[in-house]
Amino acid sequence: MEWRDQGILLGLRRHGESSAILDVFTPDHGRHAGVLRGATSRKIAPVLQPGAQLDVAWRARLEDHIGTYTVEPVRSRAAAAMGHRLALAGLNAVCALLSFALAEREAHPALYARTERLLDLLDQPDLWPLAYLKWEVALLEETGFALDLARCAVTGSSRDLIYVSPRTGRAVSASGAGEWASRLLPLPPILRGDGDGEDAEVLQAFQVTGHFLTNVLAHDLGNRPLPEARARFVSHFARRVDGL
Amino acid sequence: MSSTRDIDALIEMMAKLPGLGPRSARRAVLHLIRKRAQLFTPLADLMHTVAASARECLNCANVGTSDICDICASEKRANGQLCVVEDVADLWAMERAGVFKGRYHVLGGTLSALDAIGPDELRIPKLVDRVTTEDITEVILALNATVDGQTTAHYIADQLEDRVTLTSLAQGVPIGGELDYLDDGTITAALNARKKL
Repeated sequence: MEWRDQGILLGLRRHGESSAILDVFTPDHGRHAGVLRGATSRKIAPVLQPGAQLDVAWRARLEDHIGTYTVEPVRSRAAAAMGHRLALAGLNAVCALLSFALAEREAHPALYARTERLLDLLDQPDLWPLAYLKWEVALLEETGFALDLARCAVTGSSRDLIYVSPRTGRAVSASGAGEWASRLLPLPPILRGDGDGEDAEVLQAFQVTGHFLTNVLAHDLGNRPLPEARARFVSHFARRVDGL
Repeated sequence: MSSTRDIDALIEMMAKLPGLGPRSARRAVLHLIRKRAQLFTPLADLMHTVAASARECLNCANVGTSDICDICASEKRANGQLCVVEDVADLWAMERAGVFKGRYHVLGGTLSALDAIGPDELRIPKLVDRVTTEDITEVILALNATVDGQTTAHYIADQLEDRVTLTSLAQGVPIGGELDYLDDGTITAALNARKKL
């Protein structure tokens, strides 16, 4: 078995003294692990940072073997992020959420393309949080928990949508909410593609996506705790919103 | 009963050491046996002594043979500077350079999203405590230039903000390094950290 692809390095674990098991997100083979021999060498180790774009070739005798990688670095993203705590926290959150949410060897070409575009924006702190929010919405969609925000789940109306149901992820209008309003999540217009994309609104939207990541996606994955990296990113962003 | 059973067991144990495999362990053991008086016996005595006395410094987590290591015990090293490193090997590397004259704090790892290592698994609360009790004026974050290392550095910076001067090691071209052989990440970091001549 053999294939070659480009991919984003999500993380690596030491394997023996000089090898590592790489977790790479590729467009055609999804999240795919493999052993890289000599991964701790001075030549290749600096390149193997989360977020790095790699040209990878995977080879194994049988399909279900872990296999071995040979890698060629394409570009590094960590260096651009290291000096900025929000960018670094964002990079960690993206890699941790992908490792957490995606099954191995299941292709998600659309999510891959979005992830690549998102990571290429790391050095643009003004654009990044909104792009990250849209990416989280896409992650929920790809994993089968898409938010349905086009029309009200109660009345069918597409107007005045200000709530989202914490159970179904469907939008609810002000009139449709009735006495249930207090039990619904607020729906920031930015999640429907409206609004100015102000930081405060993006932060509010993170609470909505965070609810579904924690209570729906993570619950579905055996009630595992959501990676701490996501909370750290949101906390850094909240500090920016507060002007700290 | 095999007459080489103990020797085989020794080779097996030696082969578990970093950098050694079964073949190199066999060579090392043969060498030790041939140099029994000069090497093997003193080494065995020292290993016995160190195995009984080696421990972590209660203050900085450096490895020594007493509860408080020599660096923490020395008044000369109490100059207000505290260098934070990931593990003892990093501390020893800094000491080899011989340029830092303050004290150290070994974290015991870095925050890691993949390995689910959070702040509670590291010695960060002890660091915050030391900054207060030891009159620290500057904390130097000498953590690895990796995503995990820098994430940890930012986390510590958040914990100690406004309390002390926080600095970190520079990142860029190594001494003797040639640009042509550097990865693009290092070149980016070096360019971002450029200084006026």
